[in-house]
Amino acid sequence: MSVPRFWRKQIQRYNLIGTHCRNCNEHFYPPRNMCPTCRRDGDIESYKFTGNGEIVSFTVIRAAAEGFEHQTPYVLAIVKLDEGARLTTQIVCNDLSQIHMGMRVRPVFRKLGDGGEKGMIYYGTKFVPVKPLKHD
Amino acid sequence: MRDVAIIGIKNTKFGEMWDNSFRDIFVEAGVGSLEDAGVSGEEIDGLYVGNMSGGQFVEQEHIGALIADYSGLAKNLHVPSTRLEAACASGGLALRQAIFGVASGYQDIVVAAGVEKMTDVSSSVASAALAAASDREWEGIMGATFPGLYAMIARMHMHMYGTTSEQMAEVAVKNHSNGFMNPISQYRRKITVEDVLNSIMVADPLHILDCSPITDGASSLVLAPADVAHKYTDTPVYIRASAQASDTISLHDRRDITTLDATVAAAKRAYEMANLGPSDIDIVELHDCFTIAEICAIEDLGFVEKGEGGRFTEDGETAIGGKIPVNTSGGLKSCGHPVGATGIKQAVEIVHQLRGEAGKRQIQGANVGLTHNVGGSGATAVVHILSRER
Amino acid sequence: MNTGIVSYGAYIPRYRIKVEEIARVWGDDADSLSSGLMVHEKSVPDIDEDAATIAVEASRAALIRGGLDAGRIGAVYTGSESHPYAVKPTSTIVAEAVGATPDLTAADFEFACKAGTAAVQACMGLVASGYIDLGLAIGADVSQGAPGDALEYTAAAGGVAFLIGSKDSEMVAVIEDTYSFSTDTPDFWRREGMPYPEHGGRFTGEPGYFKHVTKAAEGLMKKMDTYPKEYDYAVFHQPNGKFPTRVAKMLGFSREQIKPGLVVPRLGNTYSGSCLMGIAATLDQAEPGDRIFATAFGSGAGADAFSFRVTDRIEEVRNRVQTVEEMLEDPIYIDYAIYAKHKDKLKRA
Repeated sequence: MSVPRFWRKQIQRYNLIGTHCRNCNEHFYPPRNMCPTCRRDGDIESYKFTGNGEIVSFTVIRAAAEGFEHQTPYVLAIVKLDEGARLTTQIVCNDLSQIHMGMRVRPVFRKLGDGGEKGMIYYGTKFVPVKPLKHD
Repeated sequence: MRDVAIIGIKNTKFGEMWDNSFRDIFVEAGVGSLEDAGVSGEEIDGLYVGNMSGGQFVEQEHIGALIADYSGLAKNLHVPSTRLEAACASGGLALRQAIFGVASGYQDIVVAAGVEKMTDVSSSVASAALAAASDREWEGIMGATFPGLYAMIARMHMHMYGTTSEQMAEVAVKNHSNGFMNPISQYRRKITVEDVLNSIMVADPLHILDCSPITDGASSLVLAPADVAHKYTDTPVYIRASAQASDTISLHDRRDITTLDATVAAAKRAYEMANLGPSDIDIVELHDCFTIAEICAIEDLGFVEKGEGGRFTEDGETAIGGKIPVNTSGGLKSCGHPVGATGIKQAVEIVHQLRGEAGKRQIQGANVGLTHNVGGSGATAVVHILSRER
Repeated sequence: MNTGIVSYGAYIPRYRIKVEEIARVWGDDADSLSSGLMVHEKSVPDIDEDAATIAVEASRAALIRGGLDAGRIGAVYTGSESHPYAVKPTSTIVAEAVGATPDLTAADFEFACKAGTAAVQACMGLVASGYIDLGLAIGADVSQGAPGDALEYTAAAGGVAFLIGSKDSEMVAVIEDTYSFSTDTPDFWRREGMPYPEHGGRFTGEPGYFKHVTKAAEGLMKKMDTYPKEYDYAVFHQPNGKFPTRVAKMLGFSREQIKPGLVVPRLGNTYSGSCLMGIAATLDQAEPGDRIFATAFGSGAGADAFSFRVTDRIEEVRNRVQTVEEMLEDPIYIDYAIYAKHKDKLKRA
């Protein structure tokens, strides 16, 4: 992906900033500028997600997409954020056998890829299984 | 609106065609369909070509003009030629657009074709080109592949309905068995459930033999107003319905990832237009880009209840001789999946069947057939119903 | 005006490789290496982690621990010897990813292993002068050791972020004073475009580490008129376990004083994060009123000494995020092959 194309939504990728329709109270990530339900009656505002969510479905990619060959095997998942929005992401986890549908996850800041060894490095949000803090 | 008939058909061989270029294969298909119809170049009012990604597969855009030129329809005849794109549903769109041309009365004799030359680039470039049919900015950038997206559908289908890897494998086994009997098939090779389950894992739970291949191929149809069809052929096949529907580009935004709502909507519109229901369909060519896709499609097209697709397949009901034979051509899985051509090839197979010229894979008495062509992970679906009767 | 640490956050990747596993590959004697270096294992970044992602995670932890609004940050300085870009700041990535942009200044620091404390000092100046409200000073590295080189046994990954402010009520530790000692001593370097650093072997010891650490530490204690016994804890840059233990003894600090901050045996050398990690681990355990003495060392060469006094607020914020000990307790051990994959040491197609 070209630099300006990535950069345009960079802050949304870094910080899980999507949008929210004040008219129907639906949350969107990836961000949408038009509410698919209310359309022109919608009232869209920027919204920062808490980042808490759960795995809807997942797969372990063993034949990688171009540029991801060095990462195999990696976990691709659809995560549903607690506000209701769903997104496609990677789950960072050493033990692939532990990943399951409904697993609670939280966001982490990781490299998504790069434009080759001379190119820009793309950073963004992946998810990891939630592990309760000892002091909770 | 005028009734429309298919009066000529042609598929090239599907597969890795190292000796043939992009332009070689579409000329072969186009000319073949004109010969089949007995139509001369001077009679052609328009060309519609489904092509997903000439830009990425052969670094060629302006596909419509190229095809008109190399088909001998540009320099002297100046026939209008239009390229249609909806990822893997590009062929279905080309057929639909050609129907519009004839049905509206704007055009009389038109060619609806599809072509993809996928093996001139490395498999990683081909995969990247195909991945552009997903949401590049929010799925592709996370490392999503098409097998990966359909794997997430499969996992959910298994979770919700108890569908098994064996049942998915049965789709591949059946389609390879059908494709074995189709002379144009990329893979004329029978396989077993064990072959599928023992093949390498691409994206859990999908094995390589759950996936359709990368294919070169072209297919072409000639359409005419139904009223004049008999002038060209004794066995016209009539378009009874043409329907298309859209859904979210990203899988993650779907209402239910095990249901392709675009397929459901397109099928509903097509059945209404034809005044037919699923029980009236004798034969189906549907979009089995992955084995799970066929299971979802037979459910979403209404041939079986949601969640029953795996068992229905396992029971042999979609095989030749079953309740509703699906993908007698071998489907995308065995016959091959030159993405832009697939939607046209599906119609070619239905015409073969309705004409009664499908050889060993002939379904006796087939009268009404349905084609189902999907773009991406289900953002576009195109359904056509074809019949021997008007 | 007083300056102090208003919050701190650490990040350590979960992967570890044991010294004996690296020794197995190169045919070295693991036991003698391990006891000589006083390092048993080192942290390894995940395949998609680098100094920037580590800096972001540490900074986010600091903001959560402090319960602070990122909009108050007026400066982001990231110290590292493994910035992902040769030209293009890590600090703007961090600033954007913690939500601090755009009303701030940002720049990257490099001074071998003391770039993080140099960033702390720069923030102190801006905060004390009233130019900014809060400064974010980070030391983060995915340090490089050439395959088979002695550095490979210790070059680790991790980072620490300090939020530096001037409001007494917000501080978890007051910075009582700082003093630095710098000379041009080429004991360790990496030329532009080179993947791995070069080092002077034993030359990094006496003329490098020991001279600079002792001069800076003695200089600060002389300036403040303090003595080792007045401190509850001490932290020295820890390229291995041996150097800080020896320098502590030379300066008159006890093993007990350095114990909480001596994280290197289970972590390795996190370079720009090293001394800051020791301070963070010490803050994780310190009581209000405790005094902490710290000296960072950077090859090239220089040392930054600090004197901290812990406040009552430490007990309120300490456990809002993971402590250093909790991150050390949770390792995933990998072999050399996976280590090579994570560190991108395998030549790709």
